[in-house]
Amino acid sequence: MLRLEKRPSPSKGWIAATPVLAVVLTMIAGGLMFAVLGKNPFEAIRIIFWDPLFHESFAAYSRPQLLVKAGPLILIAIGLSLGFRAGVWNIGAEGQYIMGAIAGASFGLAFYPSESPLIFPGMIIAGAFGGWAWSMIPAILKTRFRTNEILVSLLLVYVAEKILASAAVGFLRNPEGSGFPGSRNLSRIESMNNPELIPGTGMHWGVVLAFIAVIAAYVLLNKHLLGYQIKLAGQAPRAARFAGVNPNRLIVLCLGVSGALAGLAGLFEVSGPAGQISIDFNVGYGFTAIIVAFLGRLHPIGILLAGLLMALTYIGGELAQLMLQIPAPAIQAFQGMLLFFLLAVDVLSSFRIRFKKERVA
Amino acid sequence: MGIDPVTLIVALITVSTPVLLAAIGELVVEKTGVLNLGVEGMMVTGAVMGFVVAVNTGSPTLGFLAGMASGVALSLIFGVLTQVLLSNQVATGLALTLFGLGLSALLGVGYPGSTPPAVSDPFPAAMAEIPVVGPILFGHSMITYVSVLLVAAVWYVLGYTKTGLIIRAVGENHDAAHALGYKVIRIRLMAIMFGGACAGLGGAFLSIVRVQNWVDGMTAGAGWIALALVVFASWKPWRALLGAYLFGGVTALQLRLQAAGINIPVEILAMSPYLITIVVLVIMSSDRSRAALNAPAALGKVFHATG
Repeated sequence: MLRLEKRPSPSKGWIAATPVLAVVLTMIAGGLMFAVLGKNPFEAIRIIFWDPLFHESFAAYSRPQLLVKAGPLILIAIGLSLGFRAGVWNIGAEGQYIMGAIAGASFGLAFYPSESPLIFPGMIIAGAFGGWAWSMIPAILKTRFRTNEILVSLLLVYVAEKILASAAVGFLRNPEGSGFPGSRNLSRIESMNNPELIPGTGMHWGVVLAFIAVIAAYVLLNKHLLGYQIKLAGQAPRAARFAGVNPNRLIVLCLGVSGALAGLAGLFEVSGPAGQISIDFNVGYGFTAIIVAFLGRLHPIGILLAGLLMALTYIGGELAQLMLQIPAPAIQAFQGMLLFFLLAVDVLSSFRIRFKKERVA
Repeated sequence: MGIDPVTLIVALITVSTPVLLAAIGELVVEKTGVLNLGVEGMMVTGAVMGFVVAVNTGSPTLGFLAGMASGVALSLIFGVLTQVLLSNQVATGLALTLFGLGLSALLGVGYPGSTPPAVSDPFPAAMAEIPVVGPILFGHSMITYVSVLLVAAVWYVLGYTKTGLIIRAVGENHDAAHALGYKVIRIRLMAIMFGGACAGLGGAFLSIVRVQNWVDGMTAGAGWIALALVVFASWKPWRALLGAYLFGGVTALQLRLQAAGINIPVEILAMSPYLITIVVLVIMSSDRSRAALNAPAALGKVFHATG
């Protein structure tokens, strides 16, 4: 009989090994899924994980995409991980991402066609503010009325999507766009453009900020009292209260930081890779970032690696769609599977599996 | 252009049914102390599986069964992960929703625009033609009546049977229930499967009866609203029915106002069901005594039998 025996403290080795194990298991299960779809599983896995980086003709295009896609994922996931550690569940990052993009784009477009160099910095502040303000709704409702932040932040995603639709066809629509939905193309306006900083790398300001966020989160969690309080509140809420940690302050802080970072990710996306506010410029980074945060074990360095890996599956998924006609949603199911396997093998890090005869109590 | 109250009430009941089904299932799951945030994923998978089977076999009944079966299958993943492998329920539920949204879009490739078979009504058409009460009481599909009967059944079982007592004991204090000899994990797994079946059926109703089409992500947050309804209902079955019909009323009304071209922006109307759900959640949770009184004490906590 298999029994689970709780370890006195989580195994460090397994904590590092489980994400790798989960990726391997997902490759196997995903391979089976591709086989059921009638595709060669080995070819599909190679196209998703290998070809975007090393294929002789595609790699030149897809390698820079790695940073373009990883940037927003890492930025959002870093913010979310602080909350998840403290037991504050912001799952509405997608909505904060949209609101940041709308706020930033609105600020910039309000000054069109002025070419002041101050416009882009202003847009960044507006973007962060937009995401922050949107995340303050669940934060205030949670601290004032004890309303569940999971449900509120998630429901606000749908509200943000409706606002986005209204922006794309209404208040932000390009007046010279012959009636088509979508704003002016920000990436073609000098003062509002978030450019590729080093040609051929995909590096833009959002990616730079993502790297800064990784370092800042690392310092915060390891060297700062606040980081200690975040970890304590998540692991032992009662002890945290006795130690004088104000839970409401942590809720506002965690939701605020994750909201602002998601808003920034949205602003950098809409002024760079996406280029404009359109009805569907958001591609679910806010939700995928949840997977990134867990896959990275809520650890800044882990999130950096997990973000790159998830970006790879996005690019590889597009490539697989092109070369093997694998339907686009398959990759979304693949990403979901990854989180399942991670949660499943996680049992190894906090429990020992023992073979033992069942004892009659 | 006016809005006919009778058609509005009929529409309200149809709109509410999928959410009500999902909510009553989740209510039982939460009563056993498990928080499954994967309702949206199970609903949307139930919607696509039900639709695909109904279109291919021409039988809506088989479609409903397929919807339920797929909901159960997904809920079992959640059940095994959280109950056997002791994973975090919030994270696992989220994973179920993300996976379900991807899986459903994959399964539904090529199906948008197909026409599902017509669902026959359980009552003769003459009864539905009685003015006012006819369409409201006798003009629905079988599943709608099933959903109301299910509320009654859950209310009875939870409140007046030994099974209900066991379910509540497990949800209030799993260690005590375990000490009394109840199989906590088995009971929770069964509740989780029941929740999956209900969510899957709700999804199948949405695609086969209400919308009569398959669209990617067509549940559009209905699963999350079902979760909110459970809180709104303070874990009481009849209150869940009330909440579902309230939500359905807002949705049906805003759809009619959109069609009537009233002078309110479409986006404001379209976001109103979500906003009203949030407002209702706030009102319910702000009353400290009421909210805390009924929440199962072991909700979301991991159970690991030692010894």
